[in-house]
Amino acid sequence: MSAGNSSRRQFGVAAPPLFWLGLFFLIPFAIVMTIAFAESAIGIPPYISPLQFGEGGVSLHPYFGNFQILAEDSLYLRAFLNSLGFAGGATVLCLLIGYPMAYAIARAPESWRATLMTLVILPFWTSALIRVYSWMGILKPNGLINQLLIASGLIDEPLPLLNNFFSVELGLVYGYLPFMILPLYTTLEKMDLTLLEAAADLGCRPLRAFLRITLPLSLPGIIAGSLLVFVPAVGEFVIPDLLGGPSTLMVGKVLWDEFFTNHDWPVASAVAVAMLILLVVPMGLAQFFLRGKERG
Amino acid sequence: MTGKPIFARIMLGFGLLFLYTPIVLLIVYSFNASRLVTVWAGFSTKWYGELLHNPVIGEAAWTSLIIAVSAASGSLVLGTLAGFALARYPRFPLRRLLAFEIAAPLVMPEIITGLSLLLLFVALENLIGWPQGRGILTIILAHTTFGIAFVAVIVQSRLADFDRSLEEAALDLGARPVKVFFVITLPLIAPALAAGWLLAFTLSVDDLIITSFVSGPSATTLPMVIYSSVRLGVSPQINALATIIVVLVGVIVTAAGRMMLGAKSQG
Repeated sequence: MSAGNSSRRQFGVAAPPLFWLGLFFLIPFAIVMTIAFAESAIGIPPYISPLQFGEGGVSLHPYFGNFQILAEDSLYLRAFLNSLGFAGGATVLCLLIGYPMAYAIARAPESWRATLMTLVILPFWTSALIRVYSWMGILKPNGLINQLLIASGLIDEPLPLLNNFFSVELGLVYGYLPFMILPLYTTLEKMDLTLLEAAADLGCRPLRAFLRITLPLSLPGIIAGSLLVFVPAVGEFVIPDLLGGPSTLMVGKVLWDEFFTNHDWPVASAVAVAMLILLVVPMGLAQFFLRGKERG
Repeated sequence: MTGKPIFARIMLGFGLLFLYTPIVLLIVYSFNASRLVTVWAGFSTKWYGELLHNPVIGEAAWTSLIIAVSAASGSLVLGTLAGFALARYPRFPLRRLLAFEIAAPLVMPEIITGLSLLLLFVALENLIGWPQGRGILTIILAHTTFGIAFVAVIVQSRLADFDRSLEEAALDLGARPVKVFFVITLPLIAPALAAGWLLAFTLSVDDLIITSFVSGPSATTLPMVIYSSVRLGVSPQINALATIIVVLVGVIVTAAGRMMLGAKSQG
């Protein structure tokens, strides 16, 4: 290119978003890290900063009490384990339901594919809050499912379908299914179908061809989809709040309650830091696998 | 070719049924005359009437609209710059940082983004006295931030499969790069920009979690009103409101999708 790509011009174009996201994304993050090591106090803001500006410049007084609380109170451990369990379960279920769906769309006549994918993605753009809410009317004791079951004579007493493990898992699968289908569809649609023809010509049965060719080739889609379901599901708040109960506590809800109910900003920050550490592991693993795949 | 995937097609049918049944039921119940949401008592539009005369919801809808239009426009400008830089400047020294700043917000759990932005606003207020208190302004700043990432991704992918011969011709004829951008590049990527704006708008209108953190007593958005009402149980007015939102979002997203497809077939 010509002089149009001088480094001054490049900087001029990139600087506004770089600066904005630095100020409103990176720095906030550093603040959360800092306040996770602050001691809670009564006042505005309700904590004592671990950074003290004194005569000798800046001094650091980290306070580890918040993480001690997380480690010692079994409530937090249970919330973290619940989140991992719910998110892991939702990832597996989304994969089992979403894979055949993505496969069917990728192998549908070409003129249908865009319409079918729009149908899959549309719910993702409609308010998550409203979609979670829509299940409340279906699952509650005098809701649709119980009414149908009682009317058909199958049960006499309404089944407890809401505010338990079942309803939270159902909500997560419902909410995150489109996230799984999207990357799966992208890899399955790009696949070279002549490989399957070659396998069939050589006498390979369809099931075996699927297991030996299609499934391994769609692995990047499986990994990307699993990540897109697992990561936000761990931090989910609305679903455990509206569809869950006291036994289905998740980290996102704990963070919310620490902040809005207990006004304990340092503990809320410590929960956020712990959640991120938890999420960095699967994200790193996925990156590693996807990079390895690219190389060969 | 191998045979038609019968099993997969049946699963697709059931899957779409699973995705749409709750939404369809919600719409049906919004026309139910009975207050007991799940007992059918005949067709009625009275909940829509009550909704129109509910001042709390009207005001919240207006607040949401102002925020969404401002945030989507801010996201559009900054996201376009970011997408352009990512697509066109492969050797820009801070490219990796910019790419990280775009990718990370997309995977960050909303609850962490919300908490961290609130802590920033509080720290800034203590330090320089701005932004004073929390309300519409802080919500717009927060929504602009997460909208940038979505706009940037759309613009970047649009520029990636972009025929540059027109731009090069203009440059050869002596047009200045800024003029080339506004006269040639911008009109060509306009459909992608429109799609990005609409998506940023939709995300802003829908957001509950980040908004709850960075909002103050002076600003209540529509999702906040819905959430506080829904916590108490199912309500017919909320069914009517949800129906309106679902239909509006459906129309907007379909339009945005059309524009993206149109942009693809043009380029």
